[in-house]
Amino acid sequence: MGGNSPCASCKLLRRRCAKDCVFAPYFPSDDPHKFAIVHKVFGASNVSKMLQELSVHQRADAVSSLVYEANARMRDPVYGCVGAISYLQNQVSQLQMQLAVAQAEILCIQMQNEPVMPTPQMDPEDDKSFLLQNNLPQYLNFASSSNVIHDSLKRESIFGDIVS
Amino acid sequence: MNSERCAACKYLRRRCPSDCIFAPYFPSNNPQRFACVHKIYGASNVGKMLQQLPTHKRVQAANSLYYEAQCRIQDPVYGCVGIISLLLQQIHKAENQLAKTQAEIAVLSNSHTQDSQFQQNFLLQQGNVGQSSRPSTQPSSWFK
Repeated sequence: MGGNSPCASCKLLRRRCAKDCVFAPYFPSDDPHKFAIVHKVFGASNVSKMLQELSVHQRADAVSSLVYEANARMRDPVYGCVGAISYLQNQVSQLQMQLAVAQAEILCIQMQNEPVMPTPQMDPEDDKSFLLQNNLPQYLNFASSSNVIHDSLKRESIFGDIVS
Repeated sequence: MNSERCAACKYLRRRCPSDCIFAPYFPSNNPQRFACVHKIYGASNVGKMLQQLPTHKRVQAANSLYYEAQCRIQDPVYGCVGIISLLLQQIHKAENQLAKTQAEIAVLSNSHTQDSQFQQNFLLQQGNVGQSSRPSTQPSSWFK
């Protein structure tokens, strides 16, 4: 990729794009919008600091997540990504309740068939403790924002290969 | 008498005007809140973002910015996107487990129905076999 063309960041910032420009690998000149949006939300200086504090192999993922957050914040200036988190936590809760009801139904059927049955094995990871993890703090009491959700919450689209 | 400066103006070492954009959302008793947000977004960006919102929405905006900033500080690579990813995985897993459980219910229900049907048929046949004078509906007759 040798070339004298400045990266999108240096173009926007109107400065010379150095050979070791921290932005250049992640903000190519053919996608000016990507840097523009990150700069608008986080600021070039903050992004540069954040990237420099990471090892090189982590920077691509960091940029992708910053772009995602910046997009979310632009779409929903009040809640940003937090709207999506709230929505997903509700979904998890609902699914867990449905699962509990279904498992109770199995128990009933089994008890009708045979009086003494072993209790169904629940995956230890399926207890409700994970609902308590990542719960939004109390100060974020609000209904889920839908601005971010429908556009961005496709599993495949969250920078694909980063999400395993 | 000057009232106390908000956390933002204290941090930025400036006078806190009466219409300070930060003051309602970054009180002086929580300096860490502003420090966190400033580290990730910068005071100027935060101020601009809040200015662009109607007043009644600024509290939630400040809170969500603080939350995201905290996530980013804890996870400098993925920030709160890591949480979204985790939640999506949890949903996927729960959906699979629910589908599996509902399939088990269907199987058990069918099996139960077939067993009941079999028992009913068996009882009816018992009633016809042997031509005994009295119908063998008594449970004791099954054990002879």
